Amino acid sequence: MAKTDILIAGVGGQGTILTGRIIASLALDEGLDVKTAETHGMAQRGGSVITHVRIGKKVYSPLIPRGDGDILLSFEKLEALRWLPFLSPGGTVIVNSQQLDPLPVLTGKTPYPDGILEEIKSKVVRPVAVDALAMEPVKQNPRTVNTFLLGILAYFMPFPGDKWLQVMEKEIKAHLVAVNRQAFEAGRRFAGEK
Amino acid sequence: MSSKRVIMTGNEAVALGAYEGGVTVGTAYPGTPSTEIMENLARYPGVNCNWSPNEKTALESAIGASIEGARVLVAMKHVGVNVAADPLLTLSYTGVGGGLVLVSADDPGMHSSQNEQDNRHYARFAKIPMLEPSDSEEARDFTAAGLELSEKFDTPVLLRSSTRIAHSRSTLVPGTRQEKSAGGFKKDPGKYVMLPGFARLRHPLVEERLLALQKEAETSPFNRIEKGSTDTGVICSGVAYQYAREALPGASFLKLGFSYPLPVELIRRFASTVKEIIVIEELDPFIEEQVLALQTGLPVKGKELFGLCGELGVEIIREKVQGHKPALIEVREIIPARPPIMCPGCSHRGVFHTLKKLKLNVMGDIGCYTLGALPPLQAIDATICMGASIGMAVGMARANPASAEKTVAVIGDSTFLHSGITPLLDAVYNNAPVTVLILDNGTTAMTGHQDHPGTGSTLEGEAVPGVDLERLCRSLGIRQVETVDAFDLEKLRKAVKSETARREPSVIIVRRPCVFLLDTAEEPFYVDREQCNSCKSCISLGCPALSLQDEKAKINATVCSGCGLCEQLCRFEAIKKVTEKAGESCG
Repeated sequence: MAKTDILIAGVGGQGTILTGRIIASLALDEGLDVKTAETHGMAQRGGSVITHVRIGKKVYSPLIPRGDGDILLSFEKLEALRWLPFLSPGGTVIVNSQQLDPLPVLTGKTPYPDGILEEIKSKVVRPVAVDALAMEPVKQNPRTVNTFLLGILAYFMPFPGDKWLQVMEKEIKAHLVAVNRQAFEAGRRFAGEK
Repeated sequence: MSSKRVIMTGNEAVALGAYEGGVTVGTAYPGTPSTEIMENLARYPGVNCNWSPNEKTALESAIGASIEGARVLVAMKHVGVNVAADPLLTLSYTGVGGGLVLVSADDPGMHSSQNEQDNRHYARFAKIPMLEPSDSEEARDFTAAGLELSEKFDTPVLLRSSTRIAHSRSTLVPGTRQEKSAGGFKKDPGKYVMLPGFARLRHPLVEERLLALQKEAETSPFNRIEKGSTDTGVICSGVAYQYAREALPGASFLKLGFSYPLPVELIRRFASTVKEIIVIEELDPFIEEQVLALQTGLPVKGKELFGLCGELGVEIIREKVQGHKPALIEVREIIPARPPIMCPGCSHRGVFHTLKKLKLNVMGDIGCYTLGALPPLQAIDATICMGASIGMAVGMARANPASAEKTVAVIGDSTFLHSGITPLLDAVYNNAPVTVLILDNGTTAMTGHQDHPGTGSTLEGEAVPGVDLERLCRSLGIRQVETVDAFDLEKLRKAVKSETARREPSVIIVRRPCVFLLDTAEEPFYVDREQCNSCKSCISLGCPALSLQDEKAKINATVCSGCGLCEQLCRFEAIKKVTEKAGESCG
């Protein structure tokens, strides 16, 4: 497999670290070298967070150089825009169209920017925007939103679907496995239909 | 242990290395990016791990464990080493019993720190060896090897990590544990009692040890030459090696893992094979200056290219060395920042709102509550280091006694127990009329909710007597100690007003558990738009559950924790419990 650099962007608490860990475990199981870099500490308190995942035959830097990213998976649309310069001009963006207002927006100091998805679509070769919270089965189980988005990411990766599920299920409580399986498959189907 | 390759963070790998290396005692005070080292080490059998009240006591108890013959790991963030520097500099003289590795987790780029000091200087300052891993595998290997090195050379060993080692994952194959039992304490006053007469005899041994360590570094497998083009020779250590290796695939490398004392002969040999040297290191020119001092005759570049501040990365090396600038996707210039914020239901929010309303000078401290300095609360006027809030307030009162009426010190429970007790004693002893607010949320919150001496539980989950803050303050000589519920804004305001007016030192303990410690959520609130007067009083709390919609307040019920601070601030009775909404249409 050629090197694949994945950025997972979001807001502190949204689960970028866990998602990165799942991708990294799978890459390792597939016999590839992998490194991640994560945001811990102060920024986790509702701040902008990013997890880098780098997969390849041999990985040196845990950080993806600006402009080198192959896939940007963002759990929130403003964060997708913020981290877009890390993506290579030919890269793929998977963006959940959810809007989480940062504090300066909540307090009325600045508006939440308009036209984010349009801007992303105009600048990226392969944009996948989705209102994941409105999709089944996420609509019924909002906590499966990250798994749905991971399903979309999986569509763009060369790893077999059952391997994703095996790795994922190690990280998920037993009673949540079934709904997450559904969400993952729904995400993959969605990406295939796009 | 299986021989299967696994992936783990640098912090997990340091813990694994300590376990494999036979460590039986681990001590630490939590601090990003070091915290998870001790949390992970505590999960292994046969290792007695604890949170110490601060880094100084952590190192001192590590010294005791070492003198008793145990192998010991002590972990802290970079600024924690400042706190532990006093024992460290003399530990260099005494040396160790069982192997002792001190982990300093530095934070280039200040992701979660108040400065970005380069702790490699401590190795030179204390005249002790330093190992710098560049990924998780090395973090494991170097920790285990550091224990051996420590015993072989009778010295503490500094393992210098950084955020991108600590919080990056990479792969390794776990090994097996080398069992080491503590050999027991052997009385040796000439080695362990650092009276001037004894210390004078130890110092020459420290200098001899340094020369012996330099020889060891010359042949250490952790220092290696990777041959490439003879045009450029790169000398680097730590995570900078990974950046440089990726950015400059054709260059020759001298990769330093045993980076103090430097292997000078190896450097000379490397220099003789290349036309110029580029030293690639984060922060200070620690290696560069020592290489320059060798006068190899080659041009040496480093900080003139990369500067002294912040993190390095692949792109800056490509740009500065190769002149390569990547084509980037350009996005609009103005993207609203998303700074970290206090959580909904945070017990600190109302405190800073109150202090701001009272127009006080607020001496702040280190913890989640440091976020009280950011908009819209903006209620902290100075923050230096752990415990400094109280000391600064004492000094302000000394410089201008009248200022005490307008000044408070604000410090969290874990930080107070870390290093707030001594400055409070200063206030009592010197009768400085300061007002100290101890924000007691019952945990070390910012680093991920670790226990401390006030919580009644240890790292390993043992129930212990928790410090009684009220009685502690009284026993120091504070006569006026008042405890207030952090969510009772009126009582808090009155307490602050009366205590700042008092002509003697006083303490207000503002208590409420961190919202993360609660299992049950309170019922959320909503805004009755008819009654909302658009005064924005509630918005000034900076709560992520509150926003403005058409100039009126709105509460996001899924985010609201039901703390009720906004209800207390609303003068128009527009904020109500969701259950009170029964019968009204949903909006």
